[in-house]
Amino acid sequence: MGFFLETLFGGLMVGMLYSLIALGFVLIFKASGVFNFAQGAMVLFAALAMARFAEWIPAWTGLANKALVNVLAFIVACAIMIVVAWLIEKLVLGKLVNQEGITLLMATIGVTYFLEGIGQMLFGNDIYKIDIGLPKEPIFLFEKAFQGGVLVNKEDLAAAVIAAALVALLALFFQKTATGRALRAVADDHQAAQSIGIPLARIWVIVWSVAGIVALVAGIIWGSKLGVQFSLTLVALKALPVVILGGLTSIPGAIIGGLIIGVGEKLSEIYLGPFFGGGIEVWFAYVLALVFLLVRPQGLFGEKIIDRV
Amino acid sequence: MLYRENGQFKISYRADQQIFPIVQDRWVFALLLVVAFIAVPLVAPEYLFRAVLIPFLILSLAAIGLNILVGYCGQISLGTGAFMAVGAYAAYNFTVRIDGMPLLAALLLGGLSATIFGVLFGIPSLRIKGLYLAVATLAAQFFSDWAFQRIKWLTNDSSSGSVSVPNLSVFGLPVESPVQKYLFCLMVVGVLALLAKNLVRGAIGREWMAMRDMDVAAAVIGIRPMYAKLTAFAVSSFMVGVAGALWGFVHLGSWEPAAFSIDRSFQLLFMIIIGGLGSILGSFFGAAFIVILPLVLSQIPQWFGIPISTATASHLELMIFGALIVFFLIVEPHGLARLWTIGKEKLRLWPFPH
Amino acid sequence: MLFKTLKGIALSTAAVAAVAASMLATPPAFAQAKEQFFPLLVYRTGPYAPNGTPWANGKQDYIKMINARDGGINGVKISYEECETGYATDRGVECYERLKGKGASMIDPQATGITFALTDKAPVDKIPLLTLGYGLAASQDGNAFKWNFPLMGSYWTAMDVLIQYIGKKEGGLDKLKGKKIAFVYHDSPFGKEPIPVLQERAKMHGFEIQMLPVTAPGVEQKATWLQVRQNRPDYVLLWGWGVMNSTALKEAQAVGYPRDKMYGVWWSGAEPDVKDIGEGAKGYNALNLNTSGQSPKVIQDILKYVHDKGQGTGPKEEVGSVLYTRGLIIQMLGIEAVRRAQERFGKGKVMTGEQVRWGFENLALDQKKLDALGFAGVMRPLSTSCADHMGSTSVRIHTWDGSKWNFVSDFMQADEQILKPMVKVSADKYLSDKKLTRRDAADCGS
Repeated sequence: MGFFLETLFGGLMVGMLYSLIALGFVLIFKASGVFNFAQGAMVLFAALAMARFAEWIPAWTGLANKALVNVLAFIVACAIMIVVAWLIEKLVLGKLVNQEGITLLMATIGVTYFLEGIGQMLFGNDIYKIDIGLPKEPIFLFEKAFQGGVLVNKEDLAAAVIAAALVALLALFFQKTATGRALRAVADDHQAAQSIGIPLARIWVIVWSVAGIVALVAGIIWGSKLGVQFSLTLVALKALPVVILGGLTSIPGAIIGGLIIGVGEKLSEIYLGPFFGGGIEVWFAYVLALVFLLVRPQGLFGEKIIDRV
Repeated sequence: MLYRENGQFKISYRADQQIFPIVQDRWVFALLLVVAFIAVPLVAPEYLFRAVLIPFLILSLAAIGLNILVGYCGQISLGTGAFMAVGAYAAYNFTVRIDGMPLLAALLLGGLSATIFGVLFGIPSLRIKGLYLAVATLAAQFFSDWAFQRIKWLTNDSSSGSVSVPNLSVFGLPVESPVQKYLFCLMVVGVLALLAKNLVRGAIGREWMAMRDMDVAAAVIGIRPMYAKLTAFAVSSFMVGVAGALWGFVHLGSWEPAAFSIDRSFQLLFMIIIGGLGSILGSFFGAAFIVILPLVLSQIPQWFGIPISTATASHLELMIFGALIVFFLIVEPHGLARLWTIGKEKLRLWPFPH
Repeated sequence: MLFKTLKGIALSTAAVAAVAASMLATPPAFAQAKEQFFPLLVYRTGPYAPNGTPWANGKQDYIKMINARDGGINGVKISYEECETGYATDRGVECYERLKGKGASMIDPQATGITFALTDKAPVDKIPLLTLGYGLAASQDGNAFKWNFPLMGSYWTAMDVLIQYIGKKEGGLDKLKGKKIAFVYHDSPFGKEPIPVLQERAKMHGFEIQMLPVTAPGVEQKATWLQVRQNRPDYVLLWGWGVMNSTALKEAQAVGYPRDKMYGVWWSGAEPDVKDIGEGAKGYNALNLNTSGQSPKVIQDILKYVHDKGQGTGPKEEVGSVLYTRGLIIQMLGIEAVRRAQERFGKGKVMTGEQVRWGFENLALDQKKLDALGFAGVMRPLSTSCADHMGSTSVRIHTWDGSKWNFVSDFMQADEQILKPMVKVSADKYLSDKKLTRRDAADCGS
């Protein structure tokens, strides 16, 4: 029983981290109708920028205070992601207005390759460290109730808290601020939003920047756990089942979807895995999402797809 | 002037409905066949066969298969690598477990196994649409990645998970040298491409296109969605499965599951988008583009004589590849096939302006 | 915009097509008859780059040093060309096809998957494959695998030595009865290759194995290590490459599994795997085929003749690291094979693949020769023969103390009594699957 709780907690926390990446997908899909396959590459690019600037800033300026260096690197990385967002809007999205979904998807895959190439060319392809002071050793709860205690990973816990805070912040942003309302208007209907005077291009830049910063936070957390290197892009592939399970247009969907997929993945790997020889968690997550989709084809919280003849 | 249809009157429906109604087209195609079957084997260097022509042929077959599914029937699929893997491993199992299995039979059986797999994973398409389906097909991709690593029976209990096929031969003729392999692939691909072209020109092709354009309206006028979608998955998986078997047997010789990973699926999707969705000729164009581009990109640094480290060259390749994809999508979202059609249209008028 | 017009598109497409056609129509340039060509298959990008890059740098630096210090091999200068494979088999095969026509006389594929693919092609193209410490375990049997040279060890010898060492730690191999050993491995030919030896030893000594495959490239190991925590095995054997190694150690730390009970293969025990974790990986043990550090004479020569002249391939700090030194050894063995071949087929001439293969089969690097080459203390002497393409199976264990690696054992050898029959069975199966036959006695010495 203790081990089951461990797996459950582990799954919930990792699910929260998947939600963080899924959030980037959902934000961009909501506002510009583009399924941004480049989210994984953006996570890598942002994390590389942060990791390398955290190394370079002390080397260039001689600052030693770790916290200050990290904050500065974060600011620089945010600025870089905003520039990337602006460039993507100008060079890619702006030229592909009104194209079919699959064309936009392929364009984002093209952007993925480009970002992967330029990120590694500018920042290098070794494993880089991000150290924001997250604790590495585990803690053991309920040691009286269960033998050996229930293991809770402090780093994952901290990461889950950060992710939850970010999600709450974004939810507030969308609900309460004028820009948030404008974003929701654009997500609902581009042409109507344009006709009442909402500047479409600027909104898209804002959305992609926010998605870029979300990618940065995700990159920092995952980079702190795994080290910043090329495989970080593959984490985005694990977030895709989250997106489709929760619905492409729903932020709460991304969170709930993330929790379900995280728990499902870990439980399946540990309890079903040995029967299959192990290694099943990747496809299990997708099959789980698929099963949910068969029941609700637009995801748990997604907008119903209405076909007009 | 050169391409006028003047004077070419058809006096039978059969003549009117042929694939190349204009006689100039037929001459060009015949010339192309002569070049492909006779001139190229005589002239081309071995490297061209191994690195360019054979992959081009096999991947165009896979692209045709994917184009049927995505371009003609509108079902986005990201799991093509899985279907290729099923085709390859099934053909391998038939070859290894049944003594004296002829190569062609093994390929076709591989294709049929891929068909069954494809129809199975196509069933969700009856309920799920659009981008959701794309991500759902990734389930097939990752499942196949896992299955071929884990289930020992599928790889004939090979301790390393890597399988290989020796000594291919068709009707007693060996398929060993690059020229022989090229001619074999050319014939298989030619036959299957003709099959595909006729399917899409027929009733079933029209059903697919109706499902793609407006599936609700199609259902209203009596096209059965299940039949149309599942046949699209079936035919597509068959072609992709045969292509996968060819890829493993003829091009690689020995392979591991990583040869059919998600990168392969993306590569095929790129081919049909750049080549042109909903066009058989487009699949060939797209395959040629994607096969040749990395080779050209990797040679450019040497060409200019600038010494760059291989890492930087790799990164540049990725960047240029990505940029070119975006460029193409901006300039011609309907792909190279559209450029070709526009070109032919202009050629009909040339040298006159109208 | 220019490119929006049809003319623009047509012109640009035609230009690209013309360039491509002209470039591809010319066959690859024929080998410079005056230089010995070594194709270098490397990966400097992708998830395995952190481990592949020092290896690649070692290979290139050694060639540069031999050219600068000795003027080549008995006067024959060495030329090389790197080709990026990204650890992908199809790219590796493409690199091989492109470079073999330039007079390649030996190849180090740097990846087990590529080795499997090239093992079929090498005999046809007559190019020997040097697979030091990796590749097909059965290729140790030179009578069956004429063109493969798994010098200094294979995954079977590695696994065998690890079990022997663990047995020694327990106070005797018989004390392993009833113990639990978990095997965390990369789910690929590389990771699966040692399983037969592990199972054989488990049968012999009565310990329990828990198999924990990790899907490539190995970033997702949370569930794996939760299972390790649940089972509490006595030892964990790590068989990873690239990012999988550091992830494993980080996850081990996250579940609190004692790192000193972890033992890695020689591809899982280098600086890139542990330096980011530092103290967190303290106590982790791994096999090591060679020493590290900047004191050996060959390293000093490289610093002097290559790096001090600004010709270094990688950063100076990397020179002397574990994988860098292994790259040096690999290239040295290749060059020594050429030198040996020259002794028989003509000093000062460029050697073909077949001649270099003979050189590989007749290597006799004793301690004196190693000292002369500058490798004193770096590796053990090795000598190959027709039947034995491995040369030596000596290997030691080293442990990470938080900031550097320290050797904690003497040299150990694999138990040939157990491995030889297994190798023969596996080689025979390979030959029968491919419908090939063993070499006869007359073929040795050709």
